[in-house]
Amino acid sequence: MGEATETFYSVIRRQGITRRNFLKFCSLTAASLGLSPLAANDIAIALETKPRVPVIWMHGLECTCCSESFIRSAHPLVKDAVLSMISLDYDDTIMAAAGHQAEAILTETRAKYKDRYVLAIEGNPPLNEDGMFCIDGGKPFVEKLRSMAEDSMTIIAWGSCASWGCVQAARPNPTQAMPIDKVITNKPIIKVPGCPPIAEVMTAIVTFITTFGKLPELDRQGRPKMFYSQRIHDKCYRRSHFDAGQFVEEWDDESARKGYCLYKMGCKGPTTYNACSAVRWNGGVSFPIQSGHGCFGCSEDGFWDKGSFYDRLTTIKQFGIEANADQIGRAAAGAVGLAVAAHAAVTAAKRLTRKREGVVQEKRSKVQS
Amino acid sequence: MSGKTAQVLNVLSSVGVAGKDRSADRDVVYVYEMPVRVWHWVNAAAIMVLAITGCFIGTAVPTMPGEASDNFFFGYIRFAHFSAGYVLAVGFLLRIYCAMMGNPHAKQIFYVPIWRRCFWDELWQTIRWYALLAVRSDKCAGHNPAAQLMMFSMFTLTTAFMIVTGFALYAQGSGQESWQFGLFGWIFGVLPNSQDVHTLHHLGLWVIVTFVLIHVYAAIREDIMSRRSISAIISGERDLRD
Ligand code: HEM
Ligand code: HEM
Ligand code: HEM
Ligand code: SF4
Ligand code: SF4
Repeated sequence: MGEATETFYSVIRRQGITRRNFLKFCSLTAASLGLSPLAANDIAIALETKPRVPVIWMHGLECTCCSESFIRSAHPLVKDAVLSMISLDYDDTIMAAAGHQAEAILTETRAKYKDRYVLAIEGNPPLNEDGMFCIDGGKPFVEKLRSMAEDSMTIIAWGSCASWGCVQAARPNPTQAMPIDKVITNKPIIKVPGCPPIAEVMTAIVTFITTFGKLPELDRQGRPKMFYSQRIHDKCYRRSHFDAGQFVEEWDDESARKGYCLYKMGCKGPTTYNACSAVRWNGGVSFPIQSGHGCFGCSEDGFWDKGSFYDRLTTIKQFGIEANADQIGRAAAGAVGLAVAAHAAVTAAKRLTRKREGVVQEKRSKVQS
Repeated sequence: MSGKTAQVLNVLSSVGVAGKDRSADRDVVYVYEMPVRVWHWVNAAAIMVLAITGCFIGTAVPTMPGEASDNFFFGYIRFAHFSAGYVLAVGFLLRIYCAMMGNPHAKQIFYVPIWRRCFWDELWQTIRWYALLAVRSDKCAGHNPAAQLMMFSMFTLTTAFMIVTGFALYAQGSGQESWQFGLFGWIFGVLPNSQDVHTLHHLGLWVIVTFVLIHVYAAIREDIMSRRSISAIISGERDLRD
């Protein structure tokens, strides 16, 4: 473990990264954060002078897809720089230390960098049975999370698991898996949802927080605005076909070959906030829609529980059988329509019969008044 | 008053709905003021446009031939929906203003007087009338209690809901810096996944359709049975003779 005054720059120089690469890293980061070219200089100065911010990366109930994504960041440089920084501290999947030695790092960091370290959480804690569904280092993960969160500066909730709950929290959620913000309520939390989040988004966020020592601007849901303020639909390259009214109707029809909009195939791009259509995946190679499949909405709250992946709207289960909004609506309107027709018929019938008697009645009431 | 009655009569005869027996001392009540009547028809038109374009937005259109750059069909449908949405919203605000400034009948669709005994009595009466048990409907000046209940729950609440969710969905396109997001973005605090907002907005369509079915039927039926309905929303007066 380094000294308290150690900088990020001195660490990566020690790791064998040249100054030239360091400067490249700064300009790449500035670009991916959408900052001006001049900000590259600010980043370089900050990383050279400010004390390094340690990052503790913990894993709860998860599939490691966030880590897998992270280590595939498009630019090897970014990966090297950020990983070498993180592995210094604690990440039980990629660090060298193991067992008691590894656990000792946690206590040490907690004491030494009180209120100065970043806690990055991949996955989430299950709360049922006192958290016994996820044991880490001999203790329920939720305890480890609470104790490490207590002295942290800020928390990064990686992926849909930590942000929303994801598959382990899907109904009926037997283990009571909970997103981080439901368990830790007294610390700033940044949600970086996605299953997994995009590598470039992850590295950019780690770099932003460690460089500037604060969270980037967040939206109402606690997601960084710079990557999650627009929907897939807003930047989708098939959007012109959406506006034109050109849709794929079958997976193998002419429209599919022509690359038309996947709205009718249940594309969830119009309700999904993520950077896929701008940053894309695997080093900018492609993203689902570019490969001909609609968006699932993997970065949205409860995306496993919203019915079919091939329906834009949520399946409504409250009516016993699964139904969608249109089926329910048509049934209700149809029933009312029938009732109206029946009512009209009875009214007409009554009226006819009454007309015959009515003549007598009317005369009687005229006499009365 | 007498001046008004004369004016009333004039309008009545011009619309051609007055009965054969046209005496000056008839019970004519001026129920719907001019702004409310204008609002009614503008609102009805906006809702028709919203319902039809909304269905198209929900299911999408058959694929247009040709280049994407030659077509903007779906875009125009959405544009019509949003324009009608603005008309509906502005109209709704004006209607609230009418309720505050206008006659007591103008307030009726905004509340249900469940705390009044006579409301429940009248409601019972009306239900009997619609259940074809009573021979004659009560002479209600404004809405009858059943209508008031339906107007409030199925129209007023639903319309307010559609405006709030509609503008929230609109804010997704106009962005987080837009005033629409500022005013209606809180919806996404309640329902973080906007897919649910789409689903509920879509369900609202069917509530409105059901309302229109019942409403138009009741209006026409009332007009035939008691000759005091449709004329009222056109001319404003309600003739309370037998
Ligand atoms: C005798 C002349 C020069 C010397 C000795 C020199 C030396 C250096 C050194 C030592 C570095 C750092 C490289 C590293 O840490 O890997 C550097 C970077 C750089 N130099 Fe020069 N330089 C010279 C001329 C120039 C000129 C004429 C330009 C511009 C026209 C220039 C532009 C740059 C830039 C843009 C970088 C950053 C490169 C990067 O990050 O990839 N240098 N130079
Ligand atoms: C009674 C009134 C309304 C009805 C019946 C109605 C109906 C609908 C329907 C059925 C949809 C399709 C939902 C889906 O399947 O995703 C829709 C979408 C939408 N509506 Fe409405 N709507 C109404 C009022 C409004 C208002 C006041 C606004 C505000 C401007 C609005 C804005 C929108 C927007 C932005 C969408 C989404 C369009 C898209 O995703 O491309 N609606 N509406
Ligand atoms: C052909 C279509 C329609 C006809 C013939 C019609 C007729 C009428 C009549 C006769 C009234 C007075 C009802 C009474 O006194 O109880 C009325 C009121 C009303 N109608 Fe319609 N209507 C039509 C369409 C619509 C539509 C599409 C809507 C909107 C969904 C609507 C919403 C209302 C509302 C909210 C009132 C209450 C007005 C108030 O008290 O301010 N109407 N309509
Ligand atoms: S493919 Fe999906 S994200 Fe792209 S324009 Fe169509 S609906 Fe929107
Ligand atoms: S396109 Fe949609 S489902 Fe695919 S990764 Fe992006 S947000 Fe997730």
